Amino acid sequence: MSDVTATRGSDATEAAEAASSSHADTEPTTRMNMIQAINSAMDIMMERDPDVIVMGEDVGYFGGVFRATAGLQAKHGKTRVFDTPITECGIIGVAVGMGAYGLRPVPEIQFADYIYPALDQLVSEAARLRYRSAGEFTSPITVRSPFGGGIFGGQTHSQSPEGLFTHMSGIKTVIPSTPYDAKGLLIAAIEDNDPTLFFEPKRIYNGPFDGYWDRPSQNWSKHPAGAVPTGYYKIELGKAKIVRAGEALTILAYGTMVHVCTAVVAEAGIDAEIIDLRTLVPLDIETIEASVKKTGRCMIVHEATRTSGFGAELSAIVQERCFYHLEAPIERVTGFDTPYPHSLEWAYFPGPVRIGEALKKIMKDA
Amino acid sequence: MTMASEHPRANLQPLTLHIPEPKFRPGDAVDFAEVDVPPAGEARRPDTADKASDFIDLAYTLVRVLDDDGNAVGPWDPKLSPDVMRRMLRSMALLRAFDERMFRAQRQGKTSFYMKALGEEAVAVAAAYALDYEDMCFPSYRQQGLLIARGWSLVDMMNQIYSNTADRLGGKQLPIMYSVKEAGFFSISGNLTTQYPQAVGWAMASAAKGDTRIAATWCGEGSTAEGDFHSALTFATVYRAPVIFNIVNNQWAISSFSGFAGAEATTFAARAVGYGIAGLRVDGNDALAVYAATEWAAERARTNQGPTLIEHFTYRAEGHSTSDDPGQYRSEGEPNAWPLGDPIKRLKDHLIAIGEWDDDRHAAQDKELAEQVKAAQKEAEKNGILGHGLHQPLESLFDGVFEELPWHLKEQRQQMLDEESASGRPWDIKA
Repeated sequence: MSDVTATRGSDATEAAEAASSSHADTEPTTRMNMIQAINSAMDIMMERDPDVIVMGEDVGYFGGVFRATAGLQAKHGKTRVFDTPITECGIIGVAVGMGAYGLRPVPEIQFADYIYPALDQLVSEAARLRYRSAGEFTSPITVRSPFGGGIFGGQTHSQSPEGLFTHMSGIKTVIPSTPYDAKGLLIAAIEDNDPTLFFEPKRIYNGPFDGYWDRPSQNWSKHPAGAVPTGYYKIELGKAKIVRAGEALTILAYGTMVHVCTAVVAEAGIDAEIIDLRTLVPLDIETIEASVKKTGRCMIVHEATRTSGFGAELSAIVQERCFYHLEAPIERVTGFDTPYPHSLEWAYFPGPVRIGEALKKIMKDA
Repeated sequence: MTMASEHPRANLQPLTLHIPEPKFRPGDAVDFAEVDVPPAGEARRPDTADKASDFIDLAYTLVRVLDDDGNAVGPWDPKLSPDVMRRMLRSMALLRAFDERMFRAQRQGKTSFYMKALGEEAVAVAAAYALDYEDMCFPSYRQQGLLIARGWSLVDMMNQIYSNTADRLGGKQLPIMYSVKEAGFFSISGNLTTQYPQAVGWAMASAAKGDTRIAATWCGEGSTAEGDFHSALTFATVYRAPVIFNIVNNQWAISSFSGFAGAEATTFAARAVGYGIAGLRVDGNDALAVYAATEWAAERARTNQGPTLIEHFTYRAEGHSTSDDPGQYRSEGEPNAWPLGDPIKRLKDHLIAIGEWDDDRHAAQDKELAEQVKAAQKEAEKNGILGHGLHQPLESLFDGVFEELPWHLKEQRQQMLDEESASGRPWDIKA
């Protein structure tokens, strides 16, 4: 199960990735977990651009509760990497002001569950500033935030609120699923001149969790995407990645669920095409459309709650564009419309059982 | 009944909920005798290097310079040259003339919305004179006086109000929600107090970069209740951000009197005390007091003494906006009974008292300013007024959502253009 991406198509995708991303083939790589890759991205951007600053609760001397900013303050100084008061509204509001001055802030919201006090500053300010000022002022900020469950975090350390933000115009949403992607996408997000939410699936910080919570967990050391270039490279926002090429159906996923889907598909022996969306806004519609038209079936998997989740948007888009190619109803596999429970975490989590049942359903008449 | 009788404290008096109520409602005779107005010149002026905790009393009094006889008195007298005071007077009068004209333009159907600053002209104008031109302002929606005092083009402001072809914001924003980076005037948000933490962020960035510019921001007393206000003050005190917080306490937040923001319990300047920030409570209708307080706060900010919170005690003599009718909820006698008078008249009286101005010159100036505004309006209306056809290309509706248009917005833009074709009636009709 460890080499979940070492399936057909994966190597080709990695090679294409290396060719399309902006680092040289000769670039040395090293093994990194996702936290180290994210740390490396910020470190490199702070070296390259004196206007990049990092701030958030506990990110300074301590280096962050998940260690994502470890060592950055010692290296880049306290005026560029610092702790903040516990006010998410303040963190984002201050970042918007810094962006207006000309800085390129990378604020951290410690858990995505804590982002709600910052909603007004994100939605009404950061996301709207370019539009309302006709480009006089912009918000080139990248908000990093660990999200998703599977760590027994209970309802306030497990949520996936991406659907709130994809609904709001003017803000980009990026979700990596590997260390390699996390670094390349974060660098691209920091360089982007629009506000970007960078949700980090914390369950896969240390390894590609495949959803089989009762089995030993893997780390990134053997995973192909755990080999990360030490230098600068970026992965263009808005480009999905075909994690596994296949013919039987298309699975759209992002974050942790990419690895869960890959494992379930391997166990079931189904020739699925698994697409890691990587960026929700802007969405890589071409890759999605081409795949569903090829396979005729589409399953959408996310951990977030179901109603009005991003899966609903994906389902609508696929239906609008691929209706006459569909051979079965689109399947949505999601978390339930409940708060994220503590003890019943695995009953909530859209794991192998739920995905497996959906696979049977969508493949019934194949 | 059983619940009550079984309650272990059933013998206690029942609790009562306090709902604040303003002193005067429509039809009531107004007497502001209870408003405490200390004599001009009474408040002490600490050194700008003093610790905030050493002058907490200034958050509870009223810094006043101009007395009832038109004299500038006390330690806060900024001792401005007559020339600067005449320019300040002129800016305030120009602001009033501009407001009057644009208010009427809205009533004539030339635009959708307008907000006057009647009675509180000194708050923005005097601050603009005390700040450096390069200092960054994060205003609320009633500080158009900043732009006017900074000499910004009236025609340009009117173009924005009309959302016409020359509107620098391309018709994207509600009238008066200006954005003028060139004049150090941040894009106004319709959401309240969001600009407070943004000003702190800008100020922190300036300090982090070793710049010398400072930031200033404004909100109303009503919106000090927003969480952003408290986030901003916390950030500012923690990092000693070079920022000036202005609370324009004009007594009314649409129909809610200041009691609904906590005014029955304490002053708004007192909010500074809990944060360890320098706090001043200032006669907002006294241009010299506003100037002096701002100059003092700017000096503190520029010398790394950190933020200052200034409450400008003033009165909103007009409705909240053209969509509001204050006669529905407050006594019509309030504006005239306001004990701190009219800011323009007070500065004018001072200039006359020191022999640097007279009624004839004032009347002539008012006439001249009215003509200036009228001419600007004529000029602006050449670029169109709201509602008379579309002034911006249809496609521009999608400009600026992102730096580059993603596919889904391109698709929606095409849909819009197709809808126009399908309608058989171009939407870009100059009526």
